Amino acid sequence: MSPEMLELLWDALLETLLMVGVSSVLSALAGLPLGVLLHVTGRGQILENAPLNRVLGAVVNAGRSVPFIILLVAIIPFTRLVVGTSLGTAAAIVPLTVGAVPYVARLAEAALREVDHGLVEAAQSMGASPRQIVWKVLVPEAMPGLVAAFTITVVTLVGYSAMAGAVGGGGLGDLGIRYGYQRFQPDVMLAVVVVLVVLVQGLQSAGDRLAMRLDRRRVRQRQR
Amino acid sequence: MTGAEQQPEMIRVERLVKTFPAAAGPVPVLKGISLSVRRGEIFGIIGRSGAGKSTLIRCVNQLEQATSGRVLVAGQDVTALRGAELRAARRRIGMIFQHFNLLSSRTVLENVALPLELAGEKRDAIRAAALPLLELVGLSGKLGRYPSELSGGEKQRVGIARALASRPEVLLCDEATSALDPETTRSILALLKDINRKLGLTIALITHEMAVIKEICDRVAVLDRGEIVEEGRVFDVFTAPKAEVTRRFLEDVVDRALPARLRARLEAGAPGRGNPVIRVIFTGARAHDPIISEVVRRYDVLLNILQGSIEYIQEAPYGNLLVEAIGSDEAIAAALDYIRSNHLGAEVLGHVAGDA
Repeated sequence: MSPEMLELLWDALLETLLMVGVSSVLSALAGLPLGVLLHVTGRGQILENAPLNRVLGAVVNAGRSVPFIILLVAIIPFTRLVVGTSLGTAAAIVPLTVGAVPYVARLAEAALREVDHGLVEAAQSMGASPRQIVWKVLVPEAMPGLVAAFTITVVTLVGYSAMAGAVGGGGLGDLGIRYGYQRFQPDVMLAVVVVLVVLVQGLQSAGDRLAMRLDRRRVRQRQR
Repeated sequence: MTGAEQQPEMIRVERLVKTFPAAAGPVPVLKGISLSVRRGEIFGIIGRSGAGKSTLIRCVNQLEQATSGRVLVAGQDVTALRGAELRAARRRIGMIFQHFNLLSSRTVLENVALPLELAGEKRDAIRAAALPLLELVGLSGKLGRYPSELSGGEKQRVGIARALASRPEVLLCDEATSALDPETTRSILALLKDINRKLGLTIALITHEMAVIKEICDRVAVLDRGEIVEEGRVFDVFTAPKAEVTRRFLEDVVDRALPARLRARLEAGAPGRGNPVIRVIFTGARAHDPIISEVVRRYDVLLNILQGSIEYIQEAPYGNLLVEAIGSDEAIAAALDYIRSNHLGAEVLGHVAGDA
């Protein structure tokens, strides 16, 4: 592969990392509170509110049912409103974030549901407020699950980001399509796939390691 | 027995009713419970699963809201409290649980610190309050351990220290020893009794084990299908149970069942044919007097001991002796009168023919 090609590959990697990195952080910032809200308004939970829970649930489900490639073009007006343009890497970050938020919310809700309700009751018996229960009990106890959920989201975003080429967002997927497929350079296609495989493997195992470190539910060998 | 009788009321439950909605209509769980727990006493509520005991104790700190009726804790009607007022009231009511409910992500020290953090205490004050409590429950050496590294008994000790952290006046124990083995159960009960004495803490506990009641409670209420069927001092309930449910609970701890072989012989015998079998019950102070030797010395009666046991309930002895009396009818009648005149129970269960 030529040095020019390698440089293209490097730039594409950086674009992918930028898109995935920014949209991961933003979707976590929006999705986690939404997940918490979905959980605590659920049946038998600390802020049970059936109507709100149903509405939130419907919105989240609707968000998850739109195919990403359609979302990408469907929200172009919104994207333009937010970043001033509908083309380029920054413009791709908006639909990536919007697409990932409902995903994060559902995964976070599932992780929070794994927290034993007895712990919530124990906190209530100590006089904890709903806000304290969320921050002192639910989130810390669900942390391994939340990290695992976030890892899945990041990996999914790597896949979604391949479609960002459709709005000129660049990135590895775009490089693979334009050079590997349209210009018939199989070596570029192969290189893109290898980089993506290594990237996803790295992200997943880093997430797994972090989740494991945070998990205190099982006895583990004490270091010393 | 601890002088708790004269103490003022700590918990008062008034006509508490709780019904749960169900597909086939509301299911009554508590049917108008009234009871009163005095300051400084250990009050036990015993019942089978489904009797409503868990619902009852959870109404005291409002983890469960009653359908009607009131619960007063230290004179304050907790059933009328909401929001911040309820949270403030809950800080004065500690609770421990069957499954401990410790936070797995926090160390022993951090778990005990939680109620103080929730109350907004400063870091130094939290540590200063938590350390003596962990000393009290015997876990000073395990401050930095996580719950997954502890045994069941140690976890419950953390639970107790945590419940005491906010300096409550009342401790509620929801089947606190039901997940523990008998030896650990005894050590946890001993700790609860110790805390009750040292801190003057009022303890309300629920259990399905009579052994727990016998070990530490001053008074007991027997709950059956949402109603209190018997209530009183533990010693009285143990020695003179009134309700059938209570008697069945007592069979777990006081072995009054007749051995099979003796039962067969009793069925074969009849008055006038064979010797009477007498159950003698010793209670309280008279349990120490040598009544049996007196009977043998004074009357022309031989006593053949078939079965016997002495239990200690709240440190008072409760003896139960089964004897076959050999002698003339008159001598035996006189012996029975003598035993009864000494305030012991004597009951003729039947007659046995000479050992076949």
